[in-house]
Amino acid sequence: MSLNVEHHAARRALPSEKPLRLLDNAGHAVTGAATGGFSLPDTETLLDLYRKMVVARRFDVQVTALTKQGRLATYPSAYGQEACEIGAVSAISADDWLFPTYRESVALLTRGIDPGDILKSFRGDWHSGYDQRSHRTSTQTTPLATQALHAVGLAHAARLRHDPIVALTFLGDGATSEGDAHEAFNFAAVWQTPTVFIVQNNQFAISVPLARQTHAATLADKAVGYGMPGFHVDGNDVAAMYAVTRAAVDRARAGGGPTLIEGLTYRIEAHTNSDDPTRYRPARDVEHWKRRDPIERLEKYLVSEGALTEATRSEITDAAEALAAHTRDVITTESELDPLELFDHVYARPRRALLEQRARLEAELAEAARNPR
Amino acid sequence: MTATKTRTGADAASAPTELTMAGALNAALRDAMAEDDRVVVYGEDVGPLGGVFRVTDGLQERFGDERIWDSPLAESGIVGTAIGMAIYGMRPVVEMQFDAFSYPAFEQIVSHVAKMRNRTKGRVSLPLVVRIPCAGAIGGVEHHSDSSESYWASTPGLTVVMPSNPADAYSMLREAIESDDPVIFMEPKSRYWAKAPLALPVTTAPMDRALVVREGSDVTLIGYGPTVRTALEAADAAAEEGLSIEVVDLRSLSPFDDETVSASVRKTSRAAVIHEAAQFGGFGAEVAARVTERNFYHLAAPVLRITGFDIPYPSPKLEEYHLPTADRVLAALETWEWELA
Repeated sequence: MSLNVEHHAARRALPSEKPLRLLDNAGHAVTGAATGGFSLPDTETLLDLYRKMVVARRFDVQVTALTKQGRLATYPSAYGQEACEIGAVSAISADDWLFPTYRESVALLTRGIDPGDILKSFRGDWHSGYDQRSHRTSTQTTPLATQALHAVGLAHAARLRHDPIVALTFLGDGATSEGDAHEAFNFAAVWQTPTVFIVQNNQFAISVPLARQTHAATLADKAVGYGMPGFHVDGNDVAAMYAVTRAAVDRARAGGGPTLIEGLTYRIEAHTNSDDPTRYRPARDVEHWKRRDPIERLEKYLVSEGALTEATRSEITDAAEALAAHTRDVITTESELDPLELFDHVYARPRRALLEQRARLEAELAEAARNPR
Repeated sequence: MTATKTRTGADAASAPTELTMAGALNAALRDAMAEDDRVVVYGEDVGPLGGVFRVTDGLQERFGDERIWDSPLAESGIVGTAIGMAIYGMRPVVEMQFDAFSYPAFEQIVSHVAKMRNRTKGRVSLPLVVRIPCAGAIGGVEHHSDSSESYWASTPGLTVVMPSNPADAYSMLREAIESDDPVIFMEPKSRYWAKAPLALPVTTAPMDRALVVREGSDVTLIGYGPTVRTALEAADAAAEEGLSIEVVDLRSLSPFDDETVSASVRKTSRAAVIHEAAQFGGFGAEVAARVTERNFYHLAAPVLRITGFDIPYPSPKLEEYHLPTADRVLAALETWEWELA
C-alpha cells in the first residue's frame, strides 16, 4: 500500500476539509454531501436565531462604540461571529451549563444575561457580574482553554449524579495549542462526559494566524485522535452551527460522550480595542469576510422563503434598538465600586490578616473623606 | 473560632491501634467518603494500586469506581476537572502523586482554584482538596523530593496545610474535605510511615492553629511537616546540655497562626524556623518577618532560618548533606550571642 493510499484511508476517517454547511453564502439551502446529513432547522427556529443575531450584532456594535468612548476598559468584539456563538449556545437548554471565554459576550446575551452584568469585568470591576448558578454560566475565562477542563469536570459530576446535564464550552483557534485543550479533549473522551467543545476558529489569536497554530487540515481533525466525533462547520452558517451542536448535545445527553465542533468564522474587529489589526492582515481579507456575513445570509434565506415580513423585521429592529439603549444606560451609569469588598470574598472563612488589612484600608478611606485632596 | 463538628467514622470509635500517617490519611478518606457521597477521589494510580504511597489503599474496592478512580495522567486536567466537579456540588479530593508533578496544575490552582470564589463574588465556592505528597528524605530521584509550599502559600485564596503526625493527618484531612475553601493538603513523604496509636475518629486542634508540641523556655523552634521531628530531636539533644527548647508545629502555612507563634517567641525571646525548602524566598522568610514585625522588642537575637541550601534538590546519595538536621539546628543556635541574652 503506497503512502498516498494510506493517507487517503486516514483522511476518510477525518472530518471533511470542506466546512459542513446548510445555507450557502447566497442564502440558498445546501443539499448533498456538504450537509453531512444534517437537516435545515425549521423556519421558526431559524427566525428565532435570526432575531438573536440581529439583537446581538446591535449590542456588539454598541459596546464597541462605548469602548471607543472610554466607557469600558476593554471589549473583545464578537462582530461576525454571531452565528457561531448563537447557533451553538441556542442548542443547549437552560439547565445545561456554559463555560465561555471573554469572546462570548453575544452567547451570554443569548443566554439571557443582562448587558450590564456581561460587561461588568470589561468595565473594570473586580468580579464577574452575573449569578453563575442561576444562569448556569461560568465566568468569562481569560486563561486560554482552562475553562474546557471545568466543563469536562462539571459534565462528569452530572453524569455521576445521573442528571441529564450537558456542559458546552467555547475555545478559540489559538487555545487549541494550549495543553489544557488536549487534556480537556482527552479527559472528556476517556470519561465519556456529556461535553460539547465549540472551537470558534476566527482565524486569529490576536495577530497570529491559524497556520502558526496547527499543521492539521482542520481543527476538527483533532477530535479523531481522542476517539470522539469532530465536525468542521461553516461558522457563519447559523443553521449548520445550530443543527450540528444540537445533535452533539442530544448525543451527549443520551450518554454518547463528547463532541468537538469547529466553527470556521472570522474576527472582523480587532482582538480588543487595544489591538491594531492593520499591522498583521490586509483590509481586503476583512472585506472578503464581511461579504460572508452570517446575518445577511440567513436574512436572504428567510426573505426568499417569505418568512421574514416587514412587520417582523421592524419588530426585531425595535428590540435591538431597545437593547442598545439599555446597554448605553447601564454603561453610562457610573457603577459604585467599594474597595472594601475586595477583601470579602477571597475566603469562605474570614481570616484575621484580611480583616486587619481591610480595617487599614477603611481607615485610609475615612481619612481621605475627611481631608479630600 | 472553629466549630468542631462531631465526625463519624465508618469504623468509628475504634480502640487505639497503631497507625502510620499513610494509614491515618487512608482512614480519613474512607470516613469522609462514607459520611458524604459528594466526596470523590481521583488521580494517578489511586484506584486498584491504592496510590504509590498506598494512601488510597482498598478504597476503590470499598466504594467502587464512581467514587474513586484512576484519571488520565495529566495534573492540570485532574485539578481543572475537579474545579468543574466542585462547581456542580461535589467535594473532590485529588492526588498529585509527587509535588514536582503538581507544577502542570499550577495555572489551574493559581488562576482558578484560588480565585473563583472572589471572581464570583462568593457565589461559587470550590470545596476541593489537592493532596500533594511533599518534601524529601526518602531517597527519591530527581523531581520526587521538592518542597513547593511557598508557591502555594503566597497565593491568596488558598488554604495550605501540612500535618506532621498521624493524628493531625486524620483530623486535618477530614477538616480540609469539610472546608468550603479549597485546601492544598501537603503530606510530608518522609513521615508517611511514622506510627502513632490512634482511636478513630480523632479530632485534634482546628487545622488553622499552630500547636506548641514541646514546651521550653530558651528558644522557639518553628517547624512544619517533616521538620517538626527535626526540631523535637534538636530539643532532646539541647536538653542534655541544659538548653530548653520550645517546639511549635505550624500545621497551617496559610492562614498563619501569628498568635500562637508570637506567644511562644515572647516567652523564649529567640526563634528559629526550620524547613527543607531552599532558603531564598522560602516560607521561613515569611515566618522570620512576621515574628520580627510583631515581637521585635521581645527578641534577644535575630530570627534564624535553618533550611535546605539554595540549590536544586540533590540526588538520593547527597540529600543528607542538604537536609536540615538536628545537628545543623543546634549548630545554628550556637551562632547567637548567648551572653547578651
